[in-house]
Amino acid sequence: MKIIKTGLAVTVALATLLGFDSCKPKNAASAVSGDAAAKAYVAPGKYDEFYNFVSGGFSGQLAVYGLPSGRLFRTIPIYSQDPESGWGYSEETKPMLNTSHGYIPWDDSHHAELSQTNGEIDGRWIFVNGNNTPRVARVNLSTFRTDEILEVPNSAGNHSSPFITSNTEYVVAGTRFSIPMDNANGDVPINTYKQNFKGTVSFISVDKTTGNMKIAFQILLPGIDFDLAHAGKGPSEGWFFFSCYNSEQANTLLEVNASQKDKDFILAVNWKKAEEYLAQGKAQKVTTKYAHNIYSEKTHSATSTIETEVNMLDAKSLEGMCYFIPCPKSPHGCDVDPTGEYIVGSGKLAALIPVFSFQKLQTAINNKDFEGNYGGIPVVKYQSALYGEVPKPGLGPLHTEFDGKGNAYTSFFVSSEIVKWNVKDLKVLDRAPTYYSIGHLCVPGGDSKKPNAKYVIAYNKITKDRYLPTGPELTQSAQLFDISGDKMQLILDFPTVGEPHYAQACPADLIKKNSVKFFKIEDNANTYVSKGEGETKVVRTGKRVDVYMTVIRSHITPDNIEGIKVDDEVYFHVTNLEQDWDIPHGFAIKGNNNGELLVMPGETQSVKWLPAKTGIYPMYCTDFCSALHQEMQGYVRVSAAGSNVPLLFSTGKNLPPADSTAK
Amino acid sequence: MKKVFGIFIAGFLLYACSGGTKENNANTTANSDAVSATDNSANPSYDPKRGEGKFTKVDIGATLDATMADAGKKVYDVKCSACHKLTTEKLVGPGWSGVTSRHAPEWIMNFVTNTDAMIDKDPAAQAQLEICLVRMPNQNLSDDDARHLLEFMRKNDGVK
Repeated sequence: MKIIKTGLAVTVALATLLGFDSCKPKNAASAVSGDAAAKAYVAPGKYDEFYNFVSGGFSGQLAVYGLPSGRLFRTIPIYSQDPESGWGYSEETKPMLNTSHGYIPWDDSHHAELSQTNGEIDGRWIFVNGNNTPRVARVNLSTFRTDEILEVPNSAGNHSSPFITSNTEYVVAGTRFSIPMDNANGDVPINTYKQNFKGTVSFISVDKTTGNMKIAFQILLPGIDFDLAHAGKGPSEGWFFFSCYNSEQANTLLEVNASQKDKDFILAVNWKKAEEYLAQGKAQKVTTKYAHNIYSEKTHSATSTIETEVNMLDAKSLEGMCYFIPCPKSPHGCDVDPTGEYIVGSGKLAALIPVFSFQKLQTAINNKDFEGNYGGIPVVKYQSALYGEVPKPGLGPLHTEFDGKGNAYTSFFVSSEIVKWNVKDLKVLDRAPTYYSIGHLCVPGGDSKKPNAKYVIAYNKITKDRYLPTGPELTQSAQLFDISGDKMQLILDFPTVGEPHYAQACPADLIKKNSVKFFKIEDNANTYVSKGEGETKVVRTGKRVDVYMTVIRSHITPDNIEGIKVDDEVYFHVTNLEQDWDIPHGFAIKGNNNGELLVMPGETQSVKWLPAKTGIYPMYCTDFCSALHQEMQGYVRVSAAGSNVPLLFSTGKNLPPADSTAK
Repeated sequence: MKKVFGIFIAGFLLYACSGGTKENNANTTANSDAVSATDNSANPSYDPKRGEGKFTKVDIGATLDATMADAGKKVYDVKCSACHKLTTEKLVGPGWSGVTSRHAPEWIMNFVTNTDAMIDKDPAAQAQLEICLVRMPNQNLSDDDARHLLEFMRKNDGVK
């Protein structure tokens, strides 16, 4: 064995020395060089170096992958019901999906943003936007669960969200669709857009300790479409930049009608100034309605509160707070480099990338170097704010991330490639094809002050022939490129859950050490907890029946329940008594037209069941937990509505078999 | 090219085999443990009386400490009663009656706080696993919890 091992080692060393330069990519199918597999290979039992948090697009979820392996670890439900974990089915989690429109078990999530301290990723939380019914969610990275969801009023299509400031002071939310404001009469003809439709950007404050969100203020803006955003940093700290399109204010056939003007805008917001105006009482209190949902790890349950007011700052009447910078052809991405000096706009229909200078912008503002105003907001002259343009970089520039070494990586949807260019001299350095039609891209920490520039990951909209066909719908995918050298090197394709819209990545060390292993049963403050089998019981209150239940390897207590009647409203409150890592128990009962539960160690979760027919209903643990998992089962007897079968519950009573009809 | 590539991977795998596997041990399954357990039971340095863990000497009084025993009862109700009866009857695990005469105090406290390592090594724990077929869960007891539990076991065994 040893000889063989040594022999192999020599071969490996030789192979490595000789290199694989002869395997240069020749076409799309062979665009991978020889050592790619080794670079993306993470041996069984070994950890990946990075976490990659990938938005699930219209699946409304967030997927967690390892890099460089591309292995999927977890899908975190945020806006969507999740049958696997019971998210949105259990009584404890239902309030998380409450909105001013009622219960909405789905959303379209686009962007994920990791929390930062001093402009660097701190690994505490990740924020995710909900586009459709405007919401912002905060996921706790010690539990990998959604802790909070805040609805955004006076908004529609919450697209330019949830980008954050350098110390996570604020997470922002800008309207994609302008609409009549919530407190106005919205029953107006659609072609009164210019008169009645408004846009807003919201600044949501984040509590430093708890992470709890609150809408600090909204800024009232002309009715246009706000697209993407990024905070300033370093010299531009205190400013926020939003790309906007449809300055034509079209309300129909936008693909033509919103592409008329040569330039749209980047909106520059001085949020420190906005804070001053807010402190001076310059905000108008506006009535509206929005849900604020918080999940507690103490009670293991969520509460939903309807808020009724926001502070609105009017951009046109508050001087020095907002400026428009003209930006060519329907800008999409709006990205600030790690130094905070350069703001990259990407006109998705433009054949160039404009790079703006924060310093020049400040000079232009001080000199009132304006070309006029738009909706009462000063428009800075294009040339006065422009640092320079990257000429003819490719077709359809969308998004830019940075490597912290002075280079930028921009995705090109139409020409389907990533282009690396130098921010200072605006010269293109390298280009790599993507398969196909890349949207966002991600460098770990690539929108922070300190990128960790080992990889760039492409998130592609279309895969066509890249994977085994699966009917008309094909997987979407990501592609991993090594960027440690001068040239980008494709090393891995991996399929993704839902549309991998935007994603962020960070070193695993920031997060893995904080991972919660179980919840302390002593600290469980759920109203329906059973701390030990001695506390299990079944309580009838009219038609409502509460079953206080425990689970532990490998039985359910109580596992024999009688005296339930048709039309009862039964709640199983299941406490997992285990106090060890990776031992959840599931709970399901036959015929429940709701869902199942997955209960973490030390946690209590409740599922509602409306028995509609008499009979015997088996219940069991759904998550394979032990050698006797298959024995982890029980029965519930359901009797007729008027029956007088007494309420009985037990486990392991070992009563002699009896024939109930003989009694 | 393909061949070179294959060898490369094979070499990589072999190399990886010799690496440390510290993280892997935390999450081993019952089956793989049973195998490794057989190897370890022959270990002559292992003290089957004391077991393995942080407790080398536990001082117990001649009489019962009732306060500690009461605290131990509370731990039992939440974390142990689901699987252990106070009689000799086996539920998921063995009944507790007589446990303090079957095992030394150090063994008991090590077992309830260092469960996985003990199940992997201790001959008595392994023999019990063959009967119960369910690995005792690590219930993450504090040192105080463990001591209180021991006192409650003593009370259950008739110490006054």
